[in-house]
Amino acid sequence: MRKIIELKNVSKSFDGQKVLDNVSLDIYDNEFLTLLGPSGCGKTTTLRIIAGFETPDAGSLFFLGEDIASLPPHRRSVNTVFQRYALFPHLNVFENIAFPLRVKKLPQDEIREKVSEMLRLVALTGFERRSVSSLSGGQQQRVAIARALVSRPKVLLLDEPLAALDLKLRKDMQQELKAIQKATGVTFVFVTHDQEEALSMSDTVVVMSEGKIQQIGTPIDIYNEPRNAFVADFIGESNILSGVMLRDRLVRFSGRDFDCVDFGFDPNEPVDVVVRPEDVDIVPAESGQLRGTVTSVTFLGVYYEIIVDIDGFKWMIQTTDFVDVDEHIGLKIDPDAIHIMDKSEYSGMFGDYSSFSEEYDELSQAESGAEA
Amino acid sequence: MKERDGLRLARRLALAPYGLWSLLFIVVPLGFVAYYAFTDNDFAFTTANIARFFTATSESDGVVTHTYLLIFWRSLKLAVISTLLCLLMGYPIAFILSRASARTQKILITLIMIPMWMNFLIRTYAWMTILQDTGILNSLLRALHLRPVHIIGTETAVIIGMVYDYFPYMILPIYSVMAKMDLKLEEAARDLGCDSFGVLRRVIFPLSLPGVISGITMVLIPSISTFYISQKLGNGKFYLIGDAIEGQYVANNLHFAAAIAFILMVILLIGMALMQRYANSRAAA
Repeated sequence: MRKIIELKNVSKSFDGQKVLDNVSLDIYDNEFLTLLGPSGCGKTTTLRIIAGFETPDAGSLFFLGEDIASLPPHRRSVNTVFQRYALFPHLNVFENIAFPLRVKKLPQDEIREKVSEMLRLVALTGFERRSVSSLSGGQQQRVAIARALVSRPKVLLLDEPLAALDLKLRKDMQQELKAIQKATGVTFVFVTHDQEEALSMSDTVVVMSEGKIQQIGTPIDIYNEPRNAFVADFIGESNILSGVMLRDRLVRFSGRDFDCVDFGFDPNEPVDVVVRPEDVDIVPAESGQLRGTVTSVTFLGVYYEIIVDIDGFKWMIQTTDFVDVDEHIGLKIDPDAIHIMDKSEYSGMFGDYSSFSEEYDELSQAESGAEA
Repeated sequence: MKERDGLRLARRLALAPYGLWSLLFIVVPLGFVAYYAFTDNDFAFTTANIARFFTATSESDGVVTHTYLLIFWRSLKLAVISTLLCLLMGYPIAFILSRASARTQKILITLIMIPMWMNFLIRTYAWMTILQDTGILNSLLRALHLRPVHIIGTETAVIIGMVYDYFPYMILPIYSVMAKMDLKLEEAARDLGCDSFGVLRRVIFPLSLPGVISGITMVLIPSISTFYISQKLGNGKFYLIGDAIEGQYVANNLHFAAAIAFILMVILLIGMALMQRYANSRAAA
């Protein structure tokens, strides 16, 4: 695969506050890459640096091997789909999409041809003369995508493009974006704070936090092999426990030894242990590897989400078996359900569901703050 | 159902004072102007006043001219020049202003508004003192050993006065449109291939048109009908349409004064309608 964009040791501060801290990232041809992280993690700044709206304080930005850090946005073969679409209110649908072609002064029939091709791509044929303010959010979104794709950029940047849509429409647009990416072969760099969106759409996920890249990998890698507690907690639900790697394939946590599949750690090295809630089996208390008391049960349709108190650490378990609050149950964890991570600056900060409801509050705050 | 009727009644009642105000101070006076314009001294219907505006001639140095058409033409010329100057200077200022920090915006807006708090006659007198042959400007030029200039009593002086007096009315509407503009649109335009001039031509200017139109209207109309500025700064040599109305009024020719005012109003209304149509067609294109 050909490398299209390369960020090398890029740093950026606003008003003395470090927003990007030594970020290096390679983006390849024909790839759907997602920058994922909570608000303020630097994902939008990364996108704006690639687009040319911000210049990095340090580091370099290469486009097909050429340093473009000081090239203005209009001379980059990169286009952006803005969060609130930024359609031109004084132009109709046709003229919005034709805008970049008019700037390039292409002949009228070529413009007409390219615009109608784009309208077909985003399923808006027949909307040419409509004013953009008369369109629904989803339709405006499509016009924005068509406008950004019409001049065939090498890379399309999408800044939380689905954030303003309702859930149902968002799901449809996810599918459609993926299909458009496949059909056009354009590299998509997609910014989102929604981990589910990132997992379902991307070829590559870049997890960011506090201006640093935490992990780069395929959705499956990121989910199954999180590199640290931040990634494990941000992507899906995780029970994260402090443990000790006794030797290869044997780890000790919660006061007992577990067989696992990880190796290559020093003997008795302190580690973080991740167990996904769906990987825990509920068994009678007497036959469990761990024993605890159910403190809450929430019915979520496909499964129950239960919280189990085991010696003060609260586990989250997703199960289709019904258990009752205050029931004493046993837990069984298979070796391949256990994932071992190195200790990191995030150790001990995540993965205990003692303050579960508070965490939900934080999540909803993060989402409402994400527009800023 | 009942509640909605109640609401409607409340709304009507709330609007009543404004309706009464418009009736008393806008509709009725306009009716009077039209009534006087189309009647003679005995209040019998006549179109003679209107006809006089278009046909009256006068002779000086053997050249016969249409008196009032010439006056109207002169007023229009000076007003259009002043309006264009206001637009050319005001548009960039409004743009810079709208992109400045909130604090700077507040300070500059206040500075632009302060002269408007002073009486308009006093401002015009101030310009007289500056522009007179023995005025401040020429004293300054003499002190710098430069040649003094003769400005007072020329069209230039009248234009300077108009531009100075009506300048804020051009800046403020353009500024308010520009301040509301979504900055993301500029980024989008740059992203889609526009350089700075392209952003201005393809996005900022078309979107600022409503402000430009109202700025033009707010400067053109008072400057076309002004009489005081031309009297004081033009030394009365540039008889404008406002002077004509005032002169006829002072001479107690109320009917002809009303006729001139009426014709001016109709011409301005037609002009504004055409301009609005142009703006709408630009907006729809």
